[in-house]
Amino acid sequence: MDPILVLEQSLNGLQFGLMLFLLAAGLTLVFGIMDMINLAHGSLYMIGAYLAAAVAMATGSFWLAVAVAMGGTAVIGVVLEVTLLRRLYQRDHLHQVLATFALILMSNEAVRMIWGPTALALDPPPSLAGPVELLPGLYYPAFRLVIIGVGLLVAVLLYFLVSHTRLGMLVRAGASNREMARAMGVRVSLVFTIVFAIGAALCALAGAMLGPLFAVQVGMGESILILAFVVIVIGGIGSIRGALVGALLVGMVDTVGRTFLPMWLRAVLPPTVASNLGPALASVLIYVLMAGVLFWRPQGLFPARG
Amino acid sequence: MAIALHQRVRPAIVVPVLAVLSALPLFTQWIDEPFYLVLASRVLLFALAATSLNLLVGFGGMVSFGHAAFFGAGAYVVAIAAMEGVTSAWIAWPLAMGVSALAAAVIGAISLRTRGVYFIMITLAFAQMMFYVFVSLKAYGGEDGLSLPRRSVIGLGLDLKSDTTFYYVVLTVCAVVIALLWRLVNSRFGRVLQGIRENETRMEAVGFPVYRHKLVAFVVAGAVAGLAGALAANQNDMASPSMLHWNQSGMLLVMVILGGTGTFLGPALGATVMLLLEETLAEFTLHWQFVMGGILLAVVLLLPGGLATLLQRRRNDG
Repeated sequence: MDPILVLEQSLNGLQFGLMLFLLAAGLTLVFGIMDMINLAHGSLYMIGAYLAAAVAMATGSFWLAVAVAMGGTAVIGVVLEVTLLRRLYQRDHLHQVLATFALILMSNEAVRMIWGPTALALDPPPSLAGPVELLPGLYYPAFRLVIIGVGLLVAVLLYFLVSHTRLGMLVRAGASNREMARAMGVRVSLVFTIVFAIGAALCALAGAMLGPLFAVQVGMGESILILAFVVIVIGGIGSIRGALVGALLVGMVDTVGRTFLPMWLRAVLPPTVASNLGPALASVLIYVLMAGVLFWRPQGLFPARG
Repeated sequence: MAIALHQRVRPAIVVPVLAVLSALPLFTQWIDEPFYLVLASRVLLFALAATSLNLLVGFGGMVSFGHAAFFGAGAYVVAIAAMEGVTSAWIAWPLAMGVSALAAAVIGAISLRTRGVYFIMITLAFAQMMFYVFVSLKAYGGEDGLSLPRRSVIGLGLDLKSDTTFYYVVLTVCAVVIALLWRLVNSRFGRVLQGIRENETRMEAVGFPVYRHKLVAFVVAGAVAGLAGALAANQNDMASPSMLHWNQSGMLLVMVILGGTGTFLGPALGATVMLLLEETLAEFTLHWQFVMGGILLAVVLLLPGGLATLLQRRRNDG
């Protein structure tokens, strides 16, 4: 097998996994601390990408766009949390599903009303548009390297925030035993608003960084939301470490599977069968992974609750 | 609040509804709007699918986020059978139910080892697997779906190509199957299922085979969803992967919750309101989804028990 291709696809997998981690981190904390299923998490990702595209178009600066998108989406997230989602914490999961499904419909339509039905283009900064020669013969897009860098940076910052700060301690306390944390005098609702704001900002960051790779369009949030849910279920709900491991696993398995599975199949099966089966099996791979994890470890790999 | 295990279905509601539904074709003919009849067939078959999902969600406490898999599987069985030359409804529709039941048995046997949120996600995962399998089956249309060369043949002088005949067939099938599901919910099996919903550990301790009961419910719900899918394939004249998409599973779940989980006819009401709302709002504004979202949100916040409680509350007041 071509080592350059393996390396390149591994980097792609790492990059996709890290972006999934940005989404999954917020989702897993919201889920873990408040026991809230937030289907609208993907909508924040979409809103972030649209804000970034709009600002980039207006100002021409990609990094300014990323900053504005993160701030703006965090504000939208806080407004949503304080006005609406807060009322749902004590409710049944089913009500949360219905309410946040309604939010998806509304935000998709709101985005369509503001920016129209066609996809927006978001270009990476021109200085990062070209490829970089990592190894002799291995050219890799500079922008994707930046994505990997940003993802790693956020992962380190989150790790520091969660395990070495007071806020992080409160978050962990809330995730492992909400009632006890409340009884000890933690203002869980304030912690949650802050967590939600951070989660929304991370969604926007992921949306802005992935915008140049995928199209910025209505509905972009839903497909990635499913992947983020797969990630947190694999990792164990409420666990940041689980989210990171799960995200990297899903990113790697998905990317590498899509490239190599059809190749391997072609080696062992007749070409017509392989070309039909390859793409299907590759798309199915992460769901097989999730079903397998749940079968053997029904609480995920790193359950937050002991 | 005491939970009524016996699901009463009031003749005062059912008889007028059935009368109106039976007379509907006359009305649409009179106002010369055949489209409404097609819409009514669609509402009925989704009411059937939502009622089957409610057997799991409302009575078994199993929130399945992958019900569209069985709906879509039923549709594909009818389309593939028709492609292979089997157009008799008497063969194709039971076959659709059988294949969906088989899929539900396999998926259920694995998924039911998990609980709560994990169950939601694992059912979703299996539905997504089936979605991708059908997307990649180039022989059966792939992403574009598989069109039905002709609608199923019932015989007895009935031609499903006529919208009116099709409507009456759908109405009959839905009424009969929903009535059977009602009997099931009120049977010993249904009581055990509701007991499991309330307290699984206790039912296990009392000696009921909990897992087996849940699995049977899952298979029955899957088979009925397959039948609804078989009808849908006939109505749309095709089976497409979008019928298995998680959006469709979400829609079915929303219909159930909107109407009211755990009330027997609530989900049918939810399906009706949802589809009619979709049609009506789309007439008025391009941005109907925004209004729809707002209405759903209002229902969650103001009517936690779903639309069915609206009827119940009025009855209690009166």
